[in-house]
Amino acid sequence: MASSSERAGRKGLPKKQAGGDTEGKTRRVVVDPVTRIEGHLRIEAETDAQGNITRASSSGTMVRGIEVILKGRDPRDAWAFTQRFCGVCTVVHSIASVRAVEYALGYVIPQNAQHIRNLMIAAQFVHDHVMHFYHLHALDWVDIVSALKADPAATAKLQTTLSAWPNNSAEYFRSTQQKLKGFVEGGQLGIFTNGYWGHPAYKLPPEVNLLAVTHYLEALAWQRDVVKIHAIFGGKNPHPNFVVGGAPCAISETAHATAVTPDNLRFVGEMIGKMRSFVDQVYLPDTLAIAGYYKDWASRGEGVGNFLSFGEFPRGVGAAERTTLRIPPGVILNRDLSKVMSVDFEDPTEIQEFVAHSWYDYSAGKQTGLHPYDGETNLNYTGPTPPYEQLDVDQSYSWIKSPRWKGLPMEVGPLARVLILYASGDRATRGLVDHSLGRLDLPVSALFSTLGRIAARTLETKLIADEMSGMYDALIARIASGDLATFNDLLFDPSTWPKQARGVGVMEAPRGALAHWVTIEDRRIANYQAVVPSTWNAGPRDTAGREGPYEAALRGHRLHDPAKPIEILRTIHSFDPCLACAVHVVDPHGEELVRVNVL
Amino acid sequence: MSSSDARPSIYDDLKRQGVSRRSFISYCTYMASLLALPPSAAQAIADTLTNKSRPSVIWLSVQECTGCSESLLRSFEPTLEGLIFDQFSLDYHHVLQAAAGIAAERARDQAIERNFGKYVLIIDGGIPTGRSGVLSTTGGKSGVELIRAAARGAALIVAVGSCAAYGGIPAAAPNPTNSGGALDALRDLIDQGAVTAPIINAPGCPPVPEVMTGVIVYFLTYGKSPPLDDLSRPIPFFGRTVHDDCPRLPFFDQGLFAKTFDDEGARRGYCLKDLGCKGPTTFNACTTVKWNQKTSFPMLSGHGCLGCAQPKFWDREGGFYGKLF
Repeated sequence: MASSSERAGRKGLPKKQAGGDTEGKTRRVVVDPVTRIEGHLRIEAETDAQGNITRASSSGTMVRGIEVILKGRDPRDAWAFTQRFCGVCTVVHSIASVRAVEYALGYVIPQNAQHIRNLMIAAQFVHDHVMHFYHLHALDWVDIVSALKADPAATAKLQTTLSAWPNNSAEYFRSTQQKLKGFVEGGQLGIFTNGYWGHPAYKLPPEVNLLAVTHYLEALAWQRDVVKIHAIFGGKNPHPNFVVGGAPCAISETAHATAVTPDNLRFVGEMIGKMRSFVDQVYLPDTLAIAGYYKDWASRGEGVGNFLSFGEFPRGVGAAERTTLRIPPGVILNRDLSKVMSVDFEDPTEIQEFVAHSWYDYSAGKQTGLHPYDGETNLNYTGPTPPYEQLDVDQSYSWIKSPRWKGLPMEVGPLARVLILYASGDRATRGLVDHSLGRLDLPVSALFSTLGRIAARTLETKLIADEMSGMYDALIARIASGDLATFNDLLFDPSTWPKQARGVGVMEAPRGALAHWVTIEDRRIANYQAVVPSTWNAGPRDTAGREGPYEAALRGHRLHDPAKPIEILRTIHSFDPCLACAVHVVDPHGEELVRVNVL
Repeated sequence: MSSSDARPSIYDDLKRQGVSRRSFISYCTYMASLLALPPSAAQAIADTLTNKSRPSVIWLSVQECTGCSESLLRSFEPTLEGLIFDQFSLDYHHVLQAAAGIAAERARDQAIERNFGKYVLIIDGGIPTGRSGVLSTTGGKSGVELIRAAARGAALIVAVGSCAAYGGIPAAAPNPTNSGGALDALRDLIDQGAVTAPIINAPGCPPVPEVMTGVIVYFLTYGKSPPLDDLSRPIPFFGRTVHDDCPRLPFFDQGLFAKTFDDEGARRGYCLKDLGCKGPTTFNACTTVKWNQKTSFPMLSGHGCLGCAQPKFWDREGGFYGKLF
C-alpha cells in the first residue's frame, strides 16, 4: 500500500530502521524515479508520525564519466562532448565549453558571433522555461481529469479576462475537452496512467484545469516552432553546432547558400515575436492565475536561503565580455537583499566541491574540498547492490558532489537571478516582481518559497524574451552596416597556442549558474571540470552535514498521503532538476579507474 | 484490458478527436514516402491504423542525456501529441510520465504484463553492464536488468540514438563505465532465444525524429522491421550518406572548399570538407528528411557533419575538425 512498506529495507538499511507507520515513529518515503525531469533522481524522505518530513536525501543514481572521456582530446572538440551532458540544456554546455577554451587562449570572437550566441542562449531559456512549466511541472498543480468536468464557456470567459490570446472561444476549449474525453474513454491513458488525479492537494476549479491542459497542448506545438532559431544558426535542435572562435554559420547574402539568409533572419524575428506573445499572453497570465489558488505554497519549500548567479548575456566581446552582462553575477546570503557579494571563479578558496556523501574518493581524504582547477574524482560506489529498497543516507548516497561557495550551500537558477537583479535595483525586474506580487497580494518574502521559485522562472522568461528583440536588432544592424564576420580564424590552428593554458567559461543556464574549467597542455585537454546548476541544487549533505537546496527545501513538508507524495514533487520540480548535467566525473591524475564496492 | 481487440482502433480514436479521413490519409502518404515505400503502401498503412488499437510503447532510459526524447518532441510529421493521443499508447516514459516513484513503476510493470509479447520497447542511453550495472539505477534496480526484463516481452525493440545503438558517448574511450549498446546488453538473451523481437538501431546524436517514428509506423503496418543494413539500421533512412544529398555537393565536385567558417567560400555555400565534415562517411537522413520541419541541417548551417550516426564517431582520429581526406 504505502510506498514505505513496499520499500522497507530488504537490502541497504535493515527493515527496522526504515520504520513504519504501524510503529508510529519515523518512516521513509522513497520517490524513484522522480519523473518529469531530466535524468535519474531519487528522493528518500524520513517523516514523523504526522507525516512531516524531518530529513530528506537527494540522490543522483546515474553516472557516465564524460570528463574522464575528455582528457587528452582536442579542446576545440570539447563543446560537442559537454553538450551531451544534457539534451534538454542542449545549448548551455557548449557555450560554457567554448567560452572556457577562448578564455584560456585569450581568443576574442566577433561581435556578430556574440549576438548569435546570445540569441541562442535566450531562445534556450524561453523554450526551456515554458516547457518546464507546462510539460514537466503543471501536472503537479493541474488535474487533467477534473478538466473533463469544466464548462468550456467558463474557460473561454476566463481566457478573455486573462489576456488577448486569440484562442479563446468556447468551441476551441470544447474541442480540447472532447479530445481528452475520447482519450480517457478509450481506456489507454499512457503517460497519464496512475497520476494522482483527484488528490485533495489539487485546488484549481475545472475551468482553470481545462485552460491549463489546453495550453499544455498548445505549448507542445509552440516549442517545435520557436526552436527553429537554433536550427537556423546551429543546424538542428536538439544539439545544435557551435565552434571555438565564433559561430559556425556564415551569413549568406544570397538565397540558399547557407541557412543564415535574409529570409531566415526575418524568420528569426518572427519567431522572437511568437515567443514574446506566448510568454505575455499565455505563460505569464497562466502562472499568476494558477498561483492564486496555491498561495499556501508561498510559505514553504524555501531551501538554503543563499543564492548564486554567474551572470549572462554579454553585450561586448573580449575584455568587455564580463563587464557588459545583462544579468549580473553575485551572491546573496541568508535572504539579505541589501547586499550582493561578488564571486571569483578562480580563487581556490571560493568555489569548492565536497564528496563526503558522494560515491567518490579524494586523495587527501573524503572530508576535504577542492577547487575545480584541482578537482579530482575517483568513482567509488559503496551503495547497496541493486535491486535495493533504501540507501544508507548516513554514508555516501549520490553520484552528485556537493559544491559550496565559501563553505556554504547555494541555490542557483531563476530565483537566484531574479533576486540578484531585484537586489541590484534592476528597474524592469523590480517592476515585474512588484506588479506580480501585488496581483497575488503577497510580500517580497514570498519569493523564498516553492511558489516564488516558479514565479521567478516565469518573470525572468518575460525579461529575457523582451531582451531578445534588442539582441536581434543589434545583429541585424551590424549585418546591414556590412559586417558579416562571424568567426575569428586567428587562433583556430592549435599550433598557434601556448604550451600551457587554463581558463574558465562561466554562464547562466536556465537551471542556474554553470562553469567549466579547462586546463590545456600541449594542445590537449589535461583537465576538464564542470560545476553545473543541478549539482548546486541537488547535491547531498557536505562534510559539515549541511543539506543541499533540495534537501533543505523538503524539510518540514507535510505529506497528505505518503503513497502519493505530490508535495515532494511540487517542491523538487520547482527547481527544474537536470540530473544528467549534475553528475560529472573528472580525474586529472590519470587514475580513472571505476571502483565498485558493492555491499 | 484482457483483449486488445476490445479497444477502439487508432482511426476510431482519431475520428472521435475530429481528425478528418482526408488528413489521416495524407499523413499515411507522407509516412509511406518517408519510408521510401511505393504509393500503394499508403493504403496499407491507412488500413492497418484503421483496424488496430493503439499499441503499447514503453520507453526506458539508461545512460541518457534526454536528447533523443527532446528530438521526438520536435517531430512535426507526426507530432508527439499526435503520436501519444492517436497512434501509440506511450505507457512509460520517465520524462513525460505524470506519476512518479512507485506509481510510475507500476504503470511500467502493468504495461509489460498486459501487453507481453506485443509492445514496442524503445531504449535510449548507453547501458553499463556487468559489475558496472550499479552505475545507473532507477527505482533501486539497475538499468541493464530493467532493459533485459522488458526485452523479453517486446514485439519490437528500437535502440534510439547512438548511445543505445552502439554505446555512444559513455562508451567513448576510455569507456569508464563499461557501457555499450542494447545489442551488447541483450546478446546472451538473444542467443538463448529469450529475446526474439527484431532489434532496430536508429542512431544519431540525437536521431532525426521522423526516423524514430517512421520505423514504428512501418512495424505497425507490416508486422516486421523495415529492411536493415549490417549495423541493424533501417535502410530507408540509412541507405545513403548525408554527402550524397548535400546541397554543397556541386562545390565538392568542382573542388571548391570553404577554408574558414566565414570566408567568402563559406558564405557562398562551398563544401565543408576542409573544415572536417564527415558527411562522405556518414549514413543518415539529415540532408533528406532534414531538421526542425526542414528548417536546416548541420552543413546548411555552416558546420561540418560530426558523423554522429556512425559507430565510434567520438573516437575518430583527427577529431571533428580533422580532414577526412
